[in-house]
Amino acid sequence: MPASMKMYGKHRFPGRLFIVEGIDGSGKSTQLSLLHKWLESEGYVASFSEWNSSPLVRDVTKRGKKKKMLTPMTFSLIHATDFADRTEHDIIPPLKAGAIVLADRYIYTAFARDVVRGVHPDWVRSLYGFAVKPTVAFYFRAPLDVAMKRILGGRDALKYYEAGMDLELSDDVEESFRIFQGRIVEEYDKMVDEFGLVVIDATLSIEEQQAEMRRIVTEALTGAKKTKVRRWLDLASLGKAPQK
Amino acid sequence: MARFSFFGEGPPEIDLDELKGKLIVLEGTDGVGRSTHVSLLKQWLENNGHAVLDTGMTRSALAGKRLRQAKEGHTLGGITMSLFYTTDFADRLENEMIPALRAGFVVLTDRYIYSLMARSIVRGADPEWIGNVCSFALKPDAVFYLRLNIDDLITRVIQTKGFDYWESGMDLHLGADRYDSFVEYQKRLLAQFDSMVEAYGFEVVDASGSIEEVFDDLKQRIGRVVDPDSASPAGKSKK
Repeated sequence: MPASMKMYGKHRFPGRLFIVEGIDGSGKSTQLSLLHKWLESEGYVASFSEWNSSPLVRDVTKRGKKKKMLTPMTFSLIHATDFADRTEHDIIPPLKAGAIVLADRYIYTAFARDVVRGVHPDWVRSLYGFAVKPTVAFYFRAPLDVAMKRILGGRDALKYYEAGMDLELSDDVEESFRIFQGRIVEEYDKMVDEFGLVVIDATLSIEEQQAEMRRIVTEALTGAKKTKVRRWLDLASLGKAPQK
Repeated sequence: MARFSFFGEGPPEIDLDELKGKLIVLEGTDGVGRSTHVSLLKQWLENNGHAVLDTGMTRSALAGKRLRQAKEGHTLGGITMSLFYTTDFADRLENEMIPALRAGFVVLTDRYIYSLMARSIVRGADPEWIGNVCSFALKPDAVFYLRLNIDDLITRVIQTKGFDYWESGMDLHLGADRYDSFVEYQKRLLAQFDSMVEAYGFEVVDASGSIEEVFDDLKQRIGRVVDPDSASPAGKSKK
């Protein structure tokens, strides 16, 4: 018999879950990857899970997006399926084992995007009711212009759904992206109090943001499990790797 | 006044006033003969001049194929499976059923959210959670619950296709082998369906008779839904 499903806030695991949120171009992925390297150098086992990355539904999402088959409802549900698969395979097991899990985007991404697409806020919140509540949820708040510059400078083409073109906000992709992201920022700002998101000012230098993140994470790590991985690596570097 | 409504909040941008057709659901456990009756009923309704759309689980253009493949791999977690089925259902609701209802079709669906909820709950999902998730569905005009008790169900499955992995709930480790597991799993599903009869207004159809007997029963009942004004069942006046 499978364990009965637990709802948001009811999970009790020895591990820690840190997640980052923010619009595209807010710098959240850079910060998470710096945090990941630091945690490992400190001797913690940290695993990483990214939004929309489950191999189970990858082809469905890709094809649905390419052929513009997705409605706001199926867009929402297919991302929830992806998230459920990662929760059941990549998030809960390491947390049970006492490890640290880092997630680039989490349920708040769905709450922001799906609501902007017209899905009912209460429905999408209950949809993700099975999610594990993060130990700390960081929200990288960046002014739209700053984020836009980073995005548009970085790559050539905005994708259809990423720019919210399905909402028919504007025929111009860049304009559509700007309006869409602006609405997403409004949704994020509303969630800061609702979910206790920890706001990081994404206009600060990379170093300042990272120092702030590490300070907050350090507090949340009291009693967390470290591993012997680091010692093995040290031995390995001396040519005395332990036998398997 | 729109004839249709949603259980909760519906998908965005759907005008209920535009929906004209009839939405008819056949529900029941595995092996009760739902799909046989859907195809018989479709033909009968079409012979009587109704345009019919028939649909069923894992048949969506968006997710159907991948969902069927994933089931072969036996690696789906319970919540993931519930949501994958819901995605498949939503795609068919928005892109098949609703457009057909708009065009005045009779939509005949082999299973609906009730199967989805029953399977999820048997797999440990919170009943309130899955109920909320499925609340974007349209309330159907009628739900016919084809019911067989567990002993008849076993006899029928042995005579037909045998014990399938998922239909036996093998992922739940309920019994020593497929037979034990099938019995326990289907018992639990039956209990879930039975508990929905009143809450969702199912019409219980005794599925223990011959195909002809059950079909006649269904024709009577469905005739009342598609031709509510005519005193006689759909077929007679038009044949």
